[in-house]
Amino acid sequence: MPTGISGRLRQRFTAWGKSSPAASTDVSAAAATTSRMGCGTHERRKCVVPDPPIGNRGRNGCLYRRPTKPDREEMNVARTKRTSEPSALPKAPTGIIGFDEITFGGLPKGRPTLVAGEPGSGKTLFSSEFLVRGITQFDEPGVFMAFEETAEDLTKNVASLGFDLNDLVRRNKLAIDFVYVERSEIEETGEYDLEGLFVRLALAVQQVNAKRVVLDTVEALFSGFTNPSILRAELRRLFRWLKERDLTAVITAERGENTLTRYGLEEYVADAVIVLDHRVHDEISTRRLRVVKYRGSSHGTNEYPFLIGDRGISVLPITSIGLHHVVSSQRISSGVAGLDLMLGGRGYYRGSTILISGTAGTGKTTFAAHFAKKLCQDGGRCLYLPMEESPSQIVRNMHSIGLDLQPCLKKGLLRFEPMRSTLYGLEMHLLTIHRLVEEFKPDAVVLDPITNYLAIGAEADIKSLLTRVTDYLKSQRITTVMTSLTHGGETIEGSNAAVSSLVDTWILLRSVECSGERNRVAYVLKSRGMSHSNQLSEYTLSADGVRFIQPYIGPAGALTGSARVSREAIEQAQAAEASQQIDLKRRELDRKRRMLDAQIALLQARFEGEQQETEQAIAQQRTRADILQQDRRDIAKLRHIANHGREQPARAKSANKGKKK
Amino acid sequence: MTADKDNKAKTAAADQSDTDRDFWELRLYVAGQTPKSLTAFANLKRICEEHLQGKYTIEVIDLLENPRLAQGDQILAIPTLVRKLPEPVRKIIGDLSNEERVLIGLDLRPR
Repeated sequence: MPTGISGRLRQRFTAWGKSSPAASTDVSAAAATTSRMGCGTHERRKCVVPDPPIGNRGRNGCLYRRPTKPDREEMNVARTKRTSEPSALPKAPTGIIGFDEITFGGLPKGRPTLVAGEPGSGKTLFSSEFLVRGITQFDEPGVFMAFEETAEDLTKNVASLGFDLNDLVRRNKLAIDFVYVERSEIEETGEYDLEGLFVRLALAVQQVNAKRVVLDTVEALFSGFTNPSILRAELRRLFRWLKERDLTAVITAERGENTLTRYGLEEYVADAVIVLDHRVHDEISTRRLRVVKYRGSSHGTNEYPFLIGDRGISVLPITSIGLHHVVSSQRISSGVAGLDLMLGGRGYYRGSTILISGTAGTGKTTFAAHFAKKLCQDGGRCLYLPMEESPSQIVRNMHSIGLDLQPCLKKGLLRFEPMRSTLYGLEMHLLTIHRLVEEFKPDAVVLDPITNYLAIGAEADIKSLLTRVTDYLKSQRITTVMTSLTHGGETIEGSNAAVSSLVDTWILLRSVECSGERNRVAYVLKSRGMSHSNQLSEYTLSADGVRFIQPYIGPAGALTGSARVSREAIEQAQAAEASQQIDLKRRELDRKRRMLDAQIALLQARFEGEQQETEQAIAQQRTRADILQQDRRDIAKLRHIANHGREQPARAKSANKGKKK
Repeated sequence: MTADKDNKAKTAAADQSDTDRDFWELRLYVAGQTPKSLTAFANLKRICEEHLQGKYTIEVIDLLENPRLAQGDQILAIPTLVRKLPEPVRKIIGDLSNEERVLIGLDLRPR
């Protein structure tokens, strides 16, 4: 026996030689029993070789026939029936922020997914995050088959995202196999298949008991092997192999010129296709992700911007899937008493979005700072994101109008996070905001000013950014104050069209120019869900901050500034005059009353005198009559004594009476 | 056929120490007894006998038995013939039915 040949193989070789007649009898038996498959060889082959390569090879003179189309369809039906018995397609969550949201749960479980993209679009990162998160969050071990990078390079590259692949490998959760294909080292002679790849993959899968597989990028094979027909057949087999083992797989591929992938891999991987894109617009690059296809599941069809941050990929849905945030009816002071008054007396709604727009120098930042200060005084936390001024500059400037932000900063309730808009793209801004909010957990966020974003994106992009910002903050019930610079000459409402529909309360600040001066006025353009003033109110930036001035509203119209002051002076003079007149009249009346009172007193005194006199006279008269009667009685007495027989006293009495009269 | 190879292998091993440059250490990677593997082995043997008589060894590695060995030599295609010696390492894939190309691959013929 030859020694160069391995013992086991030798055995097999001889065994095969001996058993071939027996095998051919098997063929006929199998062919008789399995009429459905049509080809006995196929069945038998399955029995003999554990995992056979597919090929149109004849063997023992028995022609192997591939299953015909109806056969295949039948098989497919059987397969889909098996996998789709539960109503919803089972999904394997990726753990990638935002991605599971737009796919309603992740990648199709147990199926291969194609991730196509240009070089540098983040395919490798996407797939490695899929594996790492699968291991760390969902306890699904994975295999990374790298065709382009060595395991060391890959480990180094993803270490920047905080993934420690070495540790995962050590814990036997991850297997990395670097597959190296170099055409110049390979000579092709005759028929071959890629069983070696399958063996390696199977080994790796078995090693860690993998549920997830990444092939990055399998297209490298096309540069290594010249025979495309073999390669395609093998790829088809590979994807079926993955499916049969219920492995959730991510296959990456380079983007082709006019096709999805350079080598048409989408032909084989038909379950889900994700395209990653990397576009530069106005010198700012944005990464985007789109789910082109997702068989058996609904998915967001938009292009979603995504970021590669220091914690991996974050996909940012343009808008949150639903508008379901719970709103608060709680109110929160704007920090300016006059403005609160204009907003129904109680300020903004908590968790609403407020836009303060105005021309240069109208005090947008001041309003925002007032709000921040008031919030912090009430114990709230405020995240202030200035985009034009440094924090110390804002603090100094606010100090000049008597607004001291230093205590809030010291208490840690106010936090400035300056970010130059041009430093990075819109998505990065969004991510930064997300991260800061998660970190600081503020009650309110101030963006000052949002118009700075215009430098880094088109209006539509900014709108989408702000929509996402406001959506996110609203869902967190965080009050958002945005300031926006309006340029002179533009229609003041028009220039903010990008965000106007997003905001709940819109306060317009503008300067009114008349009689050689500019005066600042504010008005509430809209404020959802509350009654608010329809007046233009003048305010000044005084040493005590923003101070609203009682508006002049009169027959001369609404006036501001010195016009208002002079008008007020005139009116004051008029009022003073009027009140003097009234005083005068009142005094005259008083005098008249006093005069009358005196007269009344005089008359009364006179009357009383007369009354007294009369009463005295009556009394005297009465006394006199009494005396007379007494006298008469005395005389009568006397007479009675003298004229004893005379009986006429009555006559004498009546005569007396007449005399008295 | 097997006895023949046995002899050759022995002689090859004996020769190894003398002329390293003139010695062919070949590895044939297969995965089970597939027709392609059998063809490849038969072809290889014939070619070796014809051109390298007495100065070669053939080691057949069945990846179904030893899957771990696939990684070391970066084996993807089956069958793959690896020329370990003389250096540089060269790979020839396929059932080795094209003798001309095999000879070129083994550097027995100028390219």
